[in-house]
Amino acid sequence: MVEKNKDIKVGPEQILYASILEKGMLIGLFILFITFIIYVFGIMKPYIPLDEISKFWSMNVHDYLDHAKIKGGWSWLLMLGYGDFINFIGIAILAGVTIICYIVIIPLLARQKDWAFVIFSVIEVLVLSLAASGLLKVGH
Amino acid sequence: MGLRTILLLSTLLVLMVFFAGDMGVLAGTGEGVVSSSSSSHSWWFWPLVLFIVTFLMGIFAVLGGVGGGVLFVPIISGFFPFHLDFVRGCGLLVALSGALAAGPGLLKANLASLRLAIPVALIASTCAIIGAMIGLALPTNIVQIALGATIIGICILMVSTKKSELPEVPVADRLSTALRIYGVYQEGSSGEIINWKIHRTPLGLALFIIIGIMAGMFGLGAGWANVPVLNLVMGAPLKISVATSKFLLSITDTSAAWIYLNQGCVIPMMVVPSLVGIMLGSFVGVKLLVIAKPVIVRWIVIGMLAFAGVKALLKGFGI
Repeated sequence: MVEKNKDIKVGPEQILYASILEKGMLIGLFILFITFIIYVFGIMKPYIPLDEISKFWSMNVHDYLDHAKIKGGWSWLLMLGYGDFINFIGIAILAGVTIICYIVIIPLLARQKDWAFVIFSVIEVLVLSLAASGLLKVGH
Repeated sequence: MGLRTILLLSTLLVLMVFFAGDMGVLAGTGEGVVSSSSSSHSWWFWPLVLFIVTFLMGIFAVLGGVGGGVLFVPIISGFFPFHLDFVRGCGLLVALSGALAAGPGLLKANLASLRLAIPVALIASTCAIIGAMIGLALPTNIVQIALGATIIGICILMVSTKKSELPEVPVADRLSTALRIYGVYQEGSSGEIINWKIHRTPLGLALFIIIGIMAGMFGLGAGWANVPVLNLVMGAPLKISVATSKFLLSITDTSAAWIYLNQGCVIPMMVVPSLVGIMLGSFVGVKLLVIAKPVIVRWIVIGMLAFAGVKALLKGFGI
């Protein structure tokens, strides 16, 4: 297993994936911190007033959505005018960057005729997109 | 000096957790109950306590060699007034952010292997969705009991599992050979170039079904299970296993995080302080790693986890 061999090559798809992941992570975190400052300092009015938020976090999620009159899924996109909901932009970027990474490496894998990994990557994109779509409904 | 620092930090953490637990009782943790005591604090009180505790958690996670997610869910759900639904959503985002932050560097250094991660991630992330759906469908007390049992199981795993720096893999199995899952990396301490390959791939992949379900169900990062399977079952070198596991969480936790996000289990006022706290704590933890005694810290972490596991069990049983 241990050999003297100086040829360490990182695959081009791995470098590409890492580079997109890094950019997405930095953008997502930056936006999340900026939007949180906007939220906490009241630069934008929150949907749930700051002094009322503690009333909600001990509820289960269904009671929370019900009492706060919030719809699940992607409804936060319609509420971006509120200071608390703009935080979801950064969160969605952090949760979405992996899908972008996979999409970007698929053509590279295809050019290398690495068909097994093309198929794995396409299925992974579909799986993550299904999770992100909000089509999967669950509840207590 | 290292020991003193650790003892001081552990005392602080324990005091903080007990303080939080005490306040949690005052705040009321009943499901669906809007507690007036909870509202008696200023809005910034709990996020601030959360930030301080996650900061200390970040230090201990690095020193104890565990992911932040595995500490976050049992401790925060056990001692804070937040419902488990939000703690799991938040825990997944904390684990995801840590994995996203570490992933690019590990991939570029060729310590995390994309070829090893892609097939494993496909199984784990699909099963994490199923786990998240099961976890959100089950009654909270059942999830609490299962979480407590899992955390105690993790403690036993941490105590009993021996890791292997360079496992012996005489022959790569047919599946890993066909998928070209092998690699090479440079051992920093010796400068040696190490070629690695894996075996028992079908068994390893099958175990990731269970790991994915548990990760999604409890909102835990799954490094505690990823590393033993990659290292001891599949025979990947320890460094490759640890790095690939960390990167793997960025994919597994993505799928589960979307389920929790779409169900409404994400409250930014919990997520951001936790995320910042654990990240800053990790930076400090890395600095302290030079002077700390890892064995002692590891035992402190195991002790904290066991305590949080018992607490989760008791909470689940309504005791």
